[in-house]
Amino acid sequence: MILSTEDLETLWLTLRLATTVTTLLLLIGTPIAWWLARSQSRWRGPISAIVALPLVLPPTVLGFYLLLAMGPSGPLGMLTQSLGLGTLAFTFWGLVIASMFYSLPFVVQPIQNAIAALGERPLEVASTLGAGPIDRFFTVVLPLARNGFITAAILGFAHTVGEFGVVLMIGGNIPGETRVVSVQIYDHVESLNYTQAHWLSGLMLLFSFSVLLALFVWQRQHNGLFRSRA
Amino acid sequence: MHFRTLLKLLLIAALPVSPSYAETLTIAVASNFISPMQAIATQFEQASGHEIRLASSASGKLYAQISAGAPFDLFFSADQDKPQALERIGKTVPHTRFSYAIGRLVLWSALPERQARDARYLIAADYNKLALANPLLAPYGVAAVETLSALKLHASSEPHWVRGENIAQTFQFVESGNAELGFVALSQLIEHPLHRNTPYWIVPQDLHTPILQDAVQLKYSENKVAARAFLDFVKTPEVAELITRFGYARPTAQNETPEAP
Repeated sequence: MILSTEDLETLWLTLRLATTVTTLLLLIGTPIAWWLARSQSRWRGPISAIVALPLVLPPTVLGFYLLLAMGPSGPLGMLTQSLGLGTLAFTFWGLVIASMFYSLPFVVQPIQNAIAALGERPLEVASTLGAGPIDRFFTVVLPLARNGFITAAILGFAHTVGEFGVVLMIGGNIPGETRVVSVQIYDHVESLNYTQAHWLSGLMLLFSFSVLLALFVWQRQHNGLFRSRA
Repeated sequence: MHFRTLLKLLLIAALPVSPSYAETLTIAVASNFISPMQAIATQFEQASGHEIRLASSASGKLYAQISAGAPFDLFFSADQDKPQALERIGKTVPHTRFSYAIGRLVLWSALPERQARDARYLIAADYNKLALANPLLAPYGVAAVETLSALKLHASSEPHWVRGENIAQTFQFVESGNAELGFVALSQLIEHPLHRNTPYWIVPQDLHTPILQDAVQLKYSENKVAARAFLDFVKTPEVAELITRFGYARPTAQNETPEAP
């Protein structure tokens, strides 16, 4: 086996982190996306800007502020301490929270665009047929905006897998807890352990390419489907 | 005709204005040594008339860049391994490597109620997390692990370790209070006016192998007089004394290691 046990452990941890983050982000991102797509509020602009912020901010900046916020005298740290949870830095759940900030735009924006593209009409029709809000969401919005949700899930997952700067800042490189695959590659490179770095990097490259390829092929087929139906 | 005139003017403009003996040196310096290096460079520029450009980064990155042919004249690493490795792959001018500083390891807590002026909290295991630089990557991390082993605390403390990628990140872990205790560099505490006077424990040097930092002249600089002049300048007692003021110990002759084959 070319990959060591430690390498495999980082791979497994990365997958666990990305799955947790994607699941939570779909749950939290959907109401945000819904609101952003349909609200006329004057807060829409500022909230959109906050959601998009991680696209612009360097990850180390985001990580540095999260480290301060999660510290014993930071707002997040004071909150978690008062709840009896201790501080979040250097824990798996600390990474989950940080990654959720970091990957938020990648999940919210595709869902928001898909919901915006639906327009009012299908919902109005469903409403006149007697469907309640929850019913409308599951029987109208979800199937019609399915493309957006799948894109969001894949991008959120892939982006979390590739995360590095934030994890480096708040993770503390603890095996099995916060040492994800990108950090492991960095360690290999920095300790001039280039062979193992190549193997892990190659694997990451292959993974990222396959995910994106699958996404684009899938999108193409489905857009074709919609066009032929119209 | 006009074109020719223009060409002549351009050629004249392209000629160097500065006298030929003033050279520009590009020095690759480990991030942890950038402040003392800026002070040294300024003094050298004033004394010699040569110009210095500093490129600072993690030693490992500088090593990778130099092996890939980066245009650096001198390399001031945060360890000995990387200059030695460059010697082995023939990227250096032979017999130019020397130790310019010894890093001092300190145990420190940023929490005001902690007065970590000795190893008390460490021995009592009275901390949530113990921050140290990743021993795989950073000499300060190796020294921290050796210190823990010397105190017979290695195994008991290991579950509480958080590893910074370098000593700067380790400092952030402790400074932000996320780790209640940590091994950082004396030079870092001295550089921060806020923390200079907080209590800390300077780890006795017999608890770990010395954190030697080596400099070497790179192949790229071979025809530059200024490169050798700068190395000689760093070896003067005045500069050695300046380096100690930044929180480093002075290397002695017995710290020198033989040339890599």
